[in-house]
Amino acid sequence: MPDTLVALYVFVLACFIGYFVIWGVTPSLHTPLVALTNAISGIVIVGALLVTGLESVGSFAEITGFLAVTLASINVFGGFLVTNRMLAMFRKKNK
Amino acid sequence: MQISSNAQALAYLVSAVLFIFSLKGLTHPATARRGNFLGMIGMAVAVVATLLGSEVQSYGFIIAGVLVGGLIGVVLAMRIQMTAMPQLVAALHSFVGLAAVLVAVGTFLNKMDAGQLNAVLMGELSAGAIIGAITFTGSVIAFGKLQGLISGKPVKFAMQHQLNAAIALLTIALGVHFAMSGSMLSLILMILLAMVLGVTLIIPIGGADMPVIISMLNSYSGWAAAATGFTLQNNLLIIVGALVGFSGAILSYIMCKAMNRSIINVVFGGFGSESSGAPSAGAAAMEKGIRSASVEDAVYWMEDANRVIVVPGYGMAVAQAQHSLKEMMELLEGRGVEVRFGVHPVAGRMPGHMNVLLAEADIPYDHVLEMDEINPEFASTDVTLVVGANDVVNPAAKDDASSPIYGMPILEAGRSKQVYFLKRSMNPGYSGVDNLLFYKDNTSLIFGDAKETIEGMVSALKGAGH
Repeated sequence: MPDTLVALYVFVLACFIGYFVIWGVTPSLHTPLVALTNAISGIVIVGALLVTGLESVGSFAEITGFLAVTLASINVFGGFLVTNRMLAMFRKKNK
Repeated sequence: MQISSNAQALAYLVSAVLFIFSLKGLTHPATARRGNFLGMIGMAVAVVATLLGSEVQSYGFIIAGVLVGGLIGVVLAMRIQMTAMPQLVAALHSFVGLAAVLVAVGTFLNKMDAGQLNAVLMGELSAGAIIGAITFTGSVIAFGKLQGLISGKPVKFAMQHQLNAAIALLTIALGVHFAMSGSMLSLILMILLAMVLGVTLIIPIGGADMPVIISMLNSYSGWAAAATGFTLQNNLLIIVGALVGFSGAILSYIMCKAMNRSIINVVFGGFGSESSGAPSAGAAAMEKGIRSASVEDAVYWMEDANRVIVVPGYGMAVAQAQHSLKEMMELLEGRGVEVRFGVHPVAGRMPGHMNVLLAEADIPYDHVLEMDEINPEFASTDVTLVVGANDVVNPAAKDDASSPIYGMPILEAGRSKQVYFLKRSMNPGYSGVDNLLFYKDNTSLIFGDAKETIEGMVSALKGAGH
């Protein structure tokens, strides 16, 4: 099976996982959900690292990669921290 | 230290599983923080595994990027006001979009140097770049609307849909040409056109539809990550992209359903652009006029109530009234009054916006109920206080088949014995529809800033009695 087809298998199955996991999320946490998925989509940082870290990299590609790493890092750090800040506020009565 | 590609793949699998558990944690507020923590670990595992792989050779720019980006992220996350959360999320979405575009361009340059370009790779690369570019500029426009930098009103002009379709077709054509020829000019033009498309797609959508737009752009940012995963043959990116993409898609669906509209209608419709001129079934009721009440009237009824329900809306966020509401809640509870909050799914500017603001004010989450939970309670409730909400309590959605919001599920505030409506002015809600609830016999309006009104109630409650 060609690599692209394997990737498609992974993608479709992951969609099903996403479908079932997300329906379980309580509506009161929808804002933290958006913030958390935002942080998680910072996973493009992996792509950015691969572009930036290549040894034979040309200067323009390296700048491109650097910008991508920076942007994705804002997402990762900002996203997880702000989610944590929000979730810390959700308390039950008489904590 | 360096790890083999097999070890790296296994680490990515661990990371993917951690992300799934992370999202699963949000099923309940009690497990949510642990979920977020698992997400952080998942991300750390992914980043470390990537850095230790054989592909990453030089670290200078990486360290610089992580330091700069990390610092900006930390400062943003710590400083941001809870009311500005929709803007922050829109800004972060735009960063993911732009990062995906940059990764696509960088990958193209690297693969070109290495002589590894082929049509499939470039096709996948185009998809990632197009989705990323649309996410980028679309989110910038959403940010501008939320921040008030550009008008929140829908911007409409003739032939808009035809123009969008033309741009979309041209973008795809350039993508195909790029995949076939490897022309860098086509790649750049394609990205620029996709950026234009992001603007023209979001600009016609009004402020009240922001919860759907935020969810949609959330979804796009996921698909952009997934497409990047296809380009890089990286299963972790594909899995995570699919999870995020589906999360946003499901949220969009929930938001649309809560407005009884289809996603097509939201994306191409644009609410509140024209005034509804035709006389409706509600016209007769409106002639009866409205009653206004004082703060003291409302306090008089609330003090002796068994149950008070507060229905918050975007106006509460604007007035920052949540903290005063918490104080009012405590004073009422001190007198044995049960206070609950009823939240409509599309109240505010993003999914769950009200819940976060109420949580910020330290209102316990078990006092905050969803639409389906609270609706049966209204009939046995003495006083409902509507704070900055409008369309979501409009009975026209149930009773008036000619109303633009007909069919939208609402909070049935009108069924409680007394309704007090805190309002700044008589302006209609974002849908531009007049609210039939104003004219009901059991409704009174209290004019003024929501926060000042609630503060007035608080001091009246403190003064009275003891």
